[in-house]
Amino acid sequence: MTGSVLAWLACGVAALAAPYFVYPVLLMTVLCFIIFACSFNLLLGYAGLLCFGHAMFFGTAAYVTGFVLKTTSLSPELGILAGALFAASMGLVVGLIAVRRAGIQFAMITFAIAQFVYFLLLKTEFTGREDGMHGIPRRALFGLIDVSSNLHFYYVVLAVTLASVLAFYRIVHSPFGELLKAIRDNEARVESLGFKPERYKLLALVLSAGLAGLAGGMKATVFQFATLTDAAWPISGEVILMTLLGGLGTLAGPMVGAALIISLNDILAQFGEWALIAQGVILLVVILAFRRGVVGEAMAWANRRRT
Amino acid sequence: MFDHLSIPLVAGQLLIGLINGSFYAMLSMGLAIIFGLMNVVNFAHGAQYMLGAFIAWLLLNTFGLGYWPSLLIAPLLVALIALAMERIVLRPLANLDHLYGLLATYSLALIAEGLVRQRYGSTGLPYPNPMPGGVNLGFMFMPWYRLWVIAFSAVVCFGTWLLIERTRLGSYLRAATEKPDIVESFGINVPRLVALAYAFGAGLAGLGGVLAAPIYQVSPYMGSSIMIVIFAVVVIGGMGSILGAIATGYMLGLAEALTKVFYPEAANLVIFVIMIVVLMARPNGIFSTSEAHR
Repeated sequence: MTGSVLAWLACGVAALAAPYFVYPVLLMTVLCFIIFACSFNLLLGYAGLLCFGHAMFFGTAAYVTGFVLKTTSLSPELGILAGALFAASMGLVVGLIAVRRAGIQFAMITFAIAQFVYFLLLKTEFTGREDGMHGIPRRALFGLIDVSSNLHFYYVVLAVTLASVLAFYRIVHSPFGELLKAIRDNEARVESLGFKPERYKLLALVLSAGLAGLAGGMKATVFQFATLTDAAWPISGEVILMTLLGGLGTLAGPMVGAALIISLNDILAQFGEWALIAQGVILLVVILAFRRGVVGEAMAWANRRRT
Repeated sequence: MFDHLSIPLVAGQLLIGLINGSFYAMLSMGLAIIFGLMNVVNFAHGAQYMLGAFIAWLLLNTFGLGYWPSLLIAPLLVALIALAMERIVLRPLANLDHLYGLLATYSLALIAEGLVRQRYGSTGLPYPNPMPGGVNLGFMFMPWYRLWVIAFSAVVCFGTWLLIERTRLGSYLRAATEKPDIVESFGINVPRLVALAYAFGAGLAGLGGVLAAPIYQVSPYMGSSIMIVIFAVVVIGGMGSILGAIATGYMLGLAEALTKVFYPEAANLVIFVIMIVVLMARPNGIFSTSEAHR
C-alpha cells in the first residue's frame, strides 16, 4: 500500500513542477482530458454503459461556457459551471431516450444522438458554425485572481482536476457506486433486490455528462475558443481509447491514458494522418492483447509478485 | 409557401433520395446480417464501403481495369480482407462482451481511413461515369447510370433476401443466428458460416462502394459519413432484421429527400429526429420481433 501512496505523492510533486518544464497549454489539455476520461470511465467502467457519443457533452459544454463568457461579464468559474450544468441536463435527456437499452444498442443510440447534436451545433448561429467560436475571454477568477497567464491558470486547472478526480473517487466508492457495479455485473439480480436499475443508470449518465461538460467548459477557457472538433465523433473515440489504454474501471487508468494519448497526438501532429493510424493500432492492440490497460496490467503484475 | 415547388424539382430530389436509399438499404442489410449472426456491430462497414470505391479507383488508374470488372473484383477483394479481419481480430473476441467487437471494428476503420488519407489525401478523387447519357422522361431527365444503380441494388437486396429466406444455406444461417450450438451439433461448421457471413456482409459494403464511386467522388471520408446514417437506419429498423433494414434504408433515403424539398435546413437532421421518435414509441425498432430482440 505504501508503494501506491508514494506513487501518488510523486505524481503530485511532478504535477506541481511540470509547467516549468513543459508547455502549460499542453499540460492543461492533458488535465481537461483526464477529467473527460474519468467521466467516461464512470459510465463504462462502473455502470457498464458504452457511450459512443461522449463528445456531445464535452463539445456542447465548451460552446455554452464560451457563449456565457462572451455575452455576459461573469467570471470563468461560473461560465464553466454553466457548461457543466448544461451538459448534465443534456445527459438527462439522452438518458431518458437511451438508458432503457443496454450494451450495443446503447452505444449505437448515443452515437446517433451525438451526431444529431453535432448537426444542430453546425446549423445554429451562436456556435459560429464551421469557423468556431473565438475570443472567449478569460477574466479574473471569482472576479479577484488574475489568471490571464497560462502558468497561473495551470494551477487552477490542476486544482479543478484534483477536485474532479476526488469527486469521481467518492462517487465510485459510495453505496451508489457499489450499486452501479452490481448493475454492471448482474442487472437482474439488482432488480430482484428491489432497486430500479434504470434510475441509477440515468443518474450515472447525468453525473458523467456533467463531469464531461466540466472538462469541455474548462478546455474552452484554456484555449479561449471552441470548435466543432470537440463535439465530433473522433473525440468520442479518443476518450474510449484513453480509458481502455489506461485501464477500464481503475482510478489512475484514464489519467495515464489521457496523458499518453495527448502526448502521442502532440508528437505525431506533424506527421499527417499517422496520429489517427497510431490511435487505431493502439486501440486494436489493447483490445486484443491487454484489455486491462496499462494500469490494470501493472496492478495485476504487482499482485502476482506479492503472492 | 410552396411556390418554389415544381415537378422536376420534387422528382429530382426523390431520385436522389431513391439513390441514397439504395445505398442505405444495401449497407444496413449487410450490417443486419453480420449483427444477427455475430452480435457484432460492424463499425468497419463504412470503411469497407470506402475500400470498395478505392479499390475500383486503383484498378482503373493502375491496371486500367474499368467499371464492369471492378464491380466483381473490388467486392471480392473487400470480402477477402474481411475474411482476414474476422480470423485475426473478431474470432478471438467472439466469447467476450460484444462491445469489444464493436470497438475492434472501430479501430480497424480508423486504421483503414487513416492509411487511405495518408496515401491519397483528403480530397475526393473523380471516377468516370461508365454509362453516360440518359433518357428524358418528359418531366425530368433520368441519367442511365442512376437508373442502373437503383435497379441493380434493388436486385441485390431482393436476391440476398431470397438467399437467406429460401435456400438451404440461408436456413443454416438463420438457424445459426437463433441457436448456434444446436446447429453445430448437427455437424455444420458454424465458425466457417460466421466467417463467410461476415465476408459476405463486408463484400456487399464493398459493392456499394463501387456503385457509389461514379456518383459521389471517391473520398476517404465517404465511409464515416455514410456510417453515421447507417447506424441510425439500423436502430430505426430494429437490429438484426434484414427486411426491416432494407425497407428502412429506402424509407429514410426518401424521407431525407422530401425534407430537402420542403425544409432544406433540416435535411441532415431528419433521420435522427425519426430515430428519436421511433425509439420513444417503439424502443426495439419498427421491424423488430421478439426473437430479434436479445
